[in-house]
Amino acid sequence: MSNNRKSYPLSENHADELRASNGFHLDDLTIENILNDKVTMADIQIAPETLSHQAEIAGAAKRYPLADNFWRAAEMTSLPNELIMEIYEMLRPGRALDRSSLDACAERLRNDFGAEKLALFLEEAAEIYTRHGVFSKRF
Amino acid sequence: MTWRHQSNRWRRFDDWDNRPLRLDLFSKDDPSNGFTAWHGENDPTPSLTIKNRLVTAMDSVSVDRFDMIDTFIARYHIDVDIAEEAMAMSSDEIARMLVDINVPREQLTRLAHGMTPAKLADVVARLSAVELTFAYAKMRPREMPSNQGHVTNAKDDPLQLAADAAVAVALGFDEIETTMRVSRNSWSNALACCVGAAVGRAGVLFQCSSEEAEELEIGMKGFTSYAETVSVYGTEGAFIDGDDTPWSKAWLTSAYASRGIKMRCTSGAAAELLMGFHEAKSLLYLEARCLCMQRGMGAQGTQNGGIDGAPLASTIPGGVRELLAENLLAVWLDLECASGNDARHSESEIRVGAKITPYLLAGSDLICSGFGTILKYDNSFNPSSFNGEELEDFLVLQRDFEADGGLRSVEESSMLALRQRAVDALEAVFDAMGLAVPTSTMKQSVVVASGSNETETFSVGDVGRISSAIQQKGITILDVIKVLHQRGFRDEAENLLFLLRLKLSGDFLQTSALIRDQKVLSAVNRPNQYLGPGTGYRVSAERLSELSQIRGELDKDAVITGQAVYAASEAKKISYRDLGDYIPSSEPKEVVVAISPAFGTRLFQTLAGHSLADVLRCLGEGIEAEGMAMRVIRCWHSADTSFLGLTAARLSGSGIGIGIQAKGTAVIHKRGRLPHNNLELFSNAPITSREHYQRLGANAAIYARGDWPEPVIVTNQGEALGARFHARVALIYAIETAMLVADRHPQQVAITFLESSNV
Repeated sequence: MSNNRKSYPLSENHADELRASNGFHLDDLTIENILNDKVTMADIQIAPETLSHQAEIAGAAKRYPLADNFWRAAEMTSLPNELIMEIYEMLRPGRALDRSSLDACAERLRNDFGAEKLALFLEEAAEIYTRHGVFSKRF
Repeated sequence: MTWRHQSNRWRRFDDWDNRPLRLDLFSKDDPSNGFTAWHGENDPTPSLTIKNRLVTAMDSVSVDRFDMIDTFIARYHIDVDIAEEAMAMSSDEIARMLVDINVPREQLTRLAHGMTPAKLADVVARLSAVELTFAYAKMRPREMPSNQGHVTNAKDDPLQLAADAAVAVALGFDEIETTMRVSRNSWSNALACCVGAAVGRAGVLFQCSSEEAEELEIGMKGFTSYAETVSVYGTEGAFIDGDDTPWSKAWLTSAYASRGIKMRCTSGAAAELLMGFHEAKSLLYLEARCLCMQRGMGAQGTQNGGIDGAPLASTIPGGVRELLAENLLAVWLDLECASGNDARHSESEIRVGAKITPYLLAGSDLICSGFGTILKYDNSFNPSSFNGEELEDFLVLQRDFEADGGLRSVEESSMLALRQRAVDALEAVFDAMGLAVPTSTMKQSVVVASGSNETETFSVGDVGRISSAIQQKGITILDVIKVLHQRGFRDEAENLLFLLRLKLSGDFLQTSALIRDQKVLSAVNRPNQYLGPGTGYRVSAERLSELSQIRGELDKDAVITGQAVYAASEAKKISYRDLGDYIPSSEPKEVVVAISPAFGTRLFQTLAGHSLADVLRCLGEGIEAEGMAMRVIRCWHSADTSFLGLTAARLSGSGIGIGIQAKGTAVIHKRGRLPHNNLELFSNAPITSREHYQRLGANAAIYARGDWPEPVIVTNQGEALGARFHARVALIYAIETAMLVADRHPQQVAITFLESSNV
């Protein structure tokens, strides 16, 4: 795929190259395959490569924070739903009692999922939460 | 003087007290208590210090005193490569650039990315309401405007949700949003709207507003395609009370993108005030903080402009202008803007109409972030500015201004079938999944109902059971597509599949994306490039014709057909026989009545709906009651009331004549007067009764014998008669004028009343 703004929309200009994160090809996402139970939810999970491509498109449009979000999202595609929800819950005020649990999560993301950007993001949150007393229990 | 005239106040105040406006509250500007649009007691002066590419002070606060929000904005929003240049510019200069058609949008979005919240607020506060509107038209990210609708009901009834979602799609909404009365019904709402929104066309984005974590879960099952309720607040206290931090919300932002789901944040004036954490800062400054955070989080857009706080913001002086200003801030920062206009800010229809106008004129990525497609009482978010009741008002505003508000009229004849289809589709899914079996009465009641007060349907308890079963069985969008297709709802299955396929591309994650004609349109491929007249979004000829279509349009054929219906019944009541050119008489005991060319020939009813035979009979009775005789002539040289009347007077032996048009407008005239200086005019034909015509005849006779009668006043109740009748009047009058023969002499007409009908 080319990486400039002209490749957008990918659904029109690069449909033949689009795949789900598990490699399932867009061409196989058909009614017939759904009727024959040959499609699972994993087959409609957007691929990290696609999100990276969208990040490049956003960057080319000078929307840098949006691009950064897509880069983080690309890393997040490999995280199971439950883990995403678990970390979200941990980031809410007063859920974690100190930074250790966030740091542990960051390590896990780094080691198990190669999610360096997400790990840094959690470590940054841990630092900020410590400074601003967000770890204090609220209920 | 009677007791009725005793009062210790001017009674106009009673009238004013009784207007809906007086249900609204108005609060005093109070900068130390957060009740201020622009100038909070603790609003900081704009400033920025950067050392080694790091922000060390922002808006008069040094880094060691930053709260979490300052820290987030400094790290994620401020572009240090631009900041020095942008912060050095005068706010006046930038404000002028915002309304300058020669300054491209990109130049301004670039500068915004280097500006602090206080600086951004300082610039937009300098613009008047008109300038804000203009700047908004120039700065909104996507070329074509659009609209979003709420689909909810007071019973959380899934059948009605499906039917109403299908209607919303037909009306042209590109996004629809639901929420629940009872939070555990979220899965049922999501499934029902998802199915309903698939009826009619593909690509309408759908969200189910619920608790943050649950909303994401529902999205992960594939039912929803976007999310909007990622709320952000401008003070740390409100943020923590909202049970989140900028980091937790940024995490959610990425989470949605990682599942191919579009998302925008929510913020808006007065949220912090409502939540009790305003820090004595202005609505605008706090919203500027919210928006900088949202951009920093990487959200593609926002829903702002007060939202739930709009009613409170609107109680404050300038509050409605502030809402416009904060919408402008959003698009200036290059965020998609769903521009509020949802929570109804006033009980005054005038205030509501005025509030929507700038947005309709300027266009907006989504004009309403929740137009109520359902009746007010069915809106589970709260009544919107516009609701099911007022939907046609909005359609007419689009038509009036030829402004694209994203909506279109629906055909009355196709609505029942559409609603039936949606209900049947949902029934198929419920049945196949073993969720519930609606009776035919339930379905029928929902299909025809305007709102949930009229339905016999599932109880709220039933819905709760359906909802938890959807969750527990782990039903996904794939199950729904499969069942719909198997049960014969192939188009709906294909429409849902289309969105799933699109999710793999991530295309609608980009800024301001929507889907029309199976294409993604966003600020990337269809940016707003307004640079003055002739540029930017222009309503196409095709769309213009769509905007102009409204239920019950009149035309000449409709008027003639409408009148022809009465031709036969008139023929049984009266006959007109032409007796040739009228010869003036010297008979002093007569009143001549001049009728217009179409009177009784092509037109048969007055605007008030009176038979013309009856009207003539009334005139004659009135004239005779005062001892005079009526003689009728038909004019061909003019159909104008004044000239009809004056012609009659000139030809009348008594010098008094009556002129009357087929639509019922009448005049009493006197020989020798100027054409438009008549004795009595009956110009309000739509409210002129048969008794009025009788008295008109009597008065003419009284003038004829030289006395001065008490003039007849046709009183009105302040009806906008022009609005109600003028289009019909113009069409009817054109029928009269088309029959004129300039040089034809008035004809004497012999009138015979054919039945002794009651008058």
